Amino acid sequence: MRAVLELAGRHRLRAWEALPWAAALAAFFVFPNHLAFGTQLLITVLFALSLDLVLGYAGIVTLGHAAFFGAGAYTVGMLAQHLGWNEPLSSLAAAALVAGAIGLASGLVLLRTHGLTLLMLTLCTMALLEEAANMGARYTGGFDGMPGLGFQPLLGIFPFDVLFFRSQYLYALAVLFACFVVVRVLVYSPFGQSLTGIRENLLRMHAVGAPVRARLVLAYAISAALAGVAGGLFTQANAFVNLAVLGLDRAAGVLIILILGGYGRLYGAFVGALAYLLLEHALAKAYPTAWQLGLGLALMAVALYARNGILGIAASLHRRLGGRRAA
Amino acid sequence: MRSRLVSLFAAASLAAFAAGATAQTVKIGVVLTYTGVGAEFAQQIDRGMQMFVKLNPNAFAPYKVELVKRDAKNPGGADAKTAAQELITQDKVDIITGVIYSSNAIAMEPVVTAAKKPFLIMNAGTAWITNLSPVIARVSFSMWHAGHAMGDAAAKMMKAKTAVVGYTDYPPGKDSLIAFKTAFEAAGGKVIDEIPMGGPGKVPDFTPFFQRAKDRKPDVFFVFVPAGDHAVGVMKTYGALGMKQAGIRLIGPGDITQDTKLQSMGDAAVGLITVHHYNANLDNPANKRLVAAWKKEYGADSTPDFMAVQGYDGMAAIAHGVRANKGKLDADSFINSLRGWKFDSPRGPISIDPRTRDIVMNEYLSELTKSGGRLVQKNIGTIPAVKDMCKELRVDRCGK
Amino acid sequence: MDVASVLLGGFAAGMVLFIVSVGLSVTLGLMGFVNLAHGGFAMLGGYAIALSMREWGLPFPAALALGFASVAALSVVLERLLYARLYRASELDQVLFTIGLAFVMIASVTLAVGPETQTLVLPEWLRGQADLGFIKYRSYSVAVIVAGVVLALALWLGFERTRYGARIRAAVDNRRMAESLGVDVQRLFTVTFAIGSGLAAVGGGIGAEILGLDPQYPLRYLAYFLIVVAVGGLGRVTGVFFSALLIGVLDFVLKIYFPKGGAMFIYALTLALLLWRPQGLFGKRTA
Repeated sequence: MRAVLELAGRHRLRAWEALPWAAALAAFFVFPNHLAFGTQLLITVLFALSLDLVLGYAGIVTLGHAAFFGAGAYTVGMLAQHLGWNEPLSSLAAAALVAGAIGLASGLVLLRTHGLTLLMLTLCTMALLEEAANMGARYTGGFDGMPGLGFQPLLGIFPFDVLFFRSQYLYALAVLFACFVVVRVLVYSPFGQSLTGIRENLLRMHAVGAPVRARLVLAYAISAALAGVAGGLFTQANAFVNLAVLGLDRAAGVLIILILGGYGRLYGAFVGALAYLLLEHALAKAYPTAWQLGLGLALMAVALYARNGILGIAASLHRRLGGRRAA
Repeated sequence: MRSRLVSLFAAASLAAFAAGATAQTVKIGVVLTYTGVGAEFAQQIDRGMQMFVKLNPNAFAPYKVELVKRDAKNPGGADAKTAAQELITQDKVDIITGVIYSSNAIAMEPVVTAAKKPFLIMNAGTAWITNLSPVIARVSFSMWHAGHAMGDAAAKMMKAKTAVVGYTDYPPGKDSLIAFKTAFEAAGGKVIDEIPMGGPGKVPDFTPFFQRAKDRKPDVFFVFVPAGDHAVGVMKTYGALGMKQAGIRLIGPGDITQDTKLQSMGDAAVGLITVHHYNANLDNPANKRLVAAWKKEYGADSTPDFMAVQGYDGMAAIAHGVRANKGKLDADSFINSLRGWKFDSPRGPISIDPRTRDIVMNEYLSELTKSGGRLVQKNIGTIPAVKDMCKELRVDRCGK
Repeated sequence: MDVASVLLGGFAAGMVLFIVSVGLSVTLGLMGFVNLAHGGFAMLGGYAIALSMREWGLPFPAALALGFASVAALSVVLERLLYARLYRASELDQVLFTIGLAFVMIASVTLAVGPETQTLVLPEWLRGQADLGFIKYRSYSVAVIVAGVVLALALWLGFERTRYGARIRAAVDNRRMAESLGVDVQRLFTVTFAIGSGLAAVGGGIGAEILGLDPQYPLRYLAYFLIVVAVGGLGRVTGVFFSALLIGVLDFVLKIYFPKGGAMFIYALTLALLLWRPQGLFGKRTA
């Protein structure tokens, strides 16, 4: 017990952190007809979480993160389509490996730059992958995508029902939890602390002799692998993959979601994805032709009145309330 | 004739009886890209569906219809799939219809098949998608309908020997290329260059591609681009590069002469030959009625285009299916009632092929001419009862 | 294929890129504001120009002036009310705000005018072929080249050779110092922002012949705007001119000879150029 508490202390584990997971589990029972949406939501959270590792902790601003989501999604899709490799867990591992390798390679080349230049380089890398996927339609299915991919039941027991996303939802939740644990351990480790150091004061980190480039590239590769897992999950849950997994829409969308929720806070990915997708989903249902107006206004409001997203509001409220109590 | 009328009445009253005192409501789930790049197309289909109900208020009687609309947002598939899933499990719709993009139809298909709902496609034109599942029927077109007919007409009617093909680099473009080439070369012509002209997302600058085509000096230049602003760009570039003066005739499927865009194309477009299943100048009673009602509803400048007619015919097909099955709408019986269904559409007589569940319709060869200061499509030939040649010839996936 | 028409085509393609992107180089490059709604201002300008020509029969040059003025006026309101609050915010908050604004613009135009493509019908003298003596070429392309060069010269003179330009650069480099020297930075930024937005509007109108005009415009071409500015180098309006020219010509030539590679070239070129010169072709320092 003491060991657990000690561990919790070192990793700054707080009681409320159980809340999102409990809510996600409860949602499974309360909203059985909304699990397809729920699964998309969990996948988006994982994707945003992977971005938070590079953006929020390492300070790398990228507009090309969908490259890794897409790499993972296509890895799973092409393995299933062409090699008949359709066991979910092992193909997810393959997705992580492929996306991680692309992240490592592109990180080595691109992370010498920063700012707008890095933004454009990541965007161009992703766009090149997208065009390659379009040109290789024979292998990727191109714009229309690969139809009707079949996957083995999870662990050989739980089949993926196409109409009711029960298995998909719980599977996505479990994978998200595992990845979250990895990210959480990582950011509170010395490695994570050094990333924050690089973000906050690059010169000092150089001065103390930290291997800055190597650490950034490593963080980028890990983040890419996680994004690849999210992409792989997308293909498995939806049983298709097409060019949209690689587009600027997806890359910009996940960036917006993370900023909306609040970056560098781990749970910003959860809050941002939930707020954005719920708002979009509800508005689009009610006003199929005009929902973008409401969504745009909401984004503008958060940008104007909050610093660092919704969690930023929460934090400043917390400070203010705490301050009053102290006074 | 008289006996048919009588039996029709009998059927109607029987249906009314079966439905009981309270009219049964049929719920139709409509998945269209109401926002984003496809919004323009969704609006046409949506309006076409409404016009059918307006012009044929008793078509569904004694049943009531309710449309539940969902935005597919983009061609990505995930949103369309979630929409279909929710329409079925939450809104309990009886039929799924709409769908602009084939990628969305492909993503939605497993959900609709598992739920055993009829899936009526009102646009998505990749040829083989009707083979994916027996719950699918299509009232729109495949790229092969116009592409194959155009290839045949270019060689036989226009006496062209050589052609260059320019196409937008995505499945409908590639389908068009293969369809045209198959028919054109079977009739003795030769395709001397194939030029992919970028993806569908952005409108490219067509100048470099058209310059390349011009240098090849073909008899005809066959172009497929998505309807919308791509098509306008094509006409502008063709005119501005002086290809017409160089003796190169521009031809293509009717996507490039969408009725709504006709007046903005400029005089360079005069003489353009297209093949398509609809244009607003078609001379038949159903079309005259539709166009008149449309202009009254949406303004004198607006025109229904081929997508609107697909929405119109889609509602006609659903009305038929609902009444033929007396409101019991499982996929098998609904689709079976559509096999061989015939209808006098604004695009002329259409039917559903009993074997492939795809549409059979006329293709019209038209020439763009100027009349009274406006550009109009003059119909110069009709190719009757055209089937999807991709499935007839069993090309690639179409043969499965 | 004759070299002259290839070069003319490439130059025209580059000048279209320059004209639609130069407004962004003013707001992003000079003012340091990540204005992802740049394409939104271009779209609004394009709509104002196309609709005023169609509905009121305005001649093209007058419509361009109207487009510039109306969008510049709108941008002053937006800048005073909203943008100004975010000058000192993080770049990411600026991203969130301007993407939200782009959504609002897209939805408003869709609701007000409709989702369909607008066509901007150019006057007769821009539609056919122009006889340049040695060659006949598309009049529009020739006009775009002339317009691009004139615009570039005017901006170069304005930003690099006048007191106004010097003040702008001083204010961006060190706002506090400039203010203490008596520069009214707030007004300066408002004016500069209005110029940037007005230029976007003109770009939307002139570029519509090739890029089209519909509610999706702001996000569809966002990558192009950013690419041209990044390759040109931040803070240099003239850099944007040369980067647009370089990308335009190379992309055009490659597309003619290798159409199969089509859409890849612009990204591959950008990747190569930025890896070669990370601060942009004409950037003074690393961004």
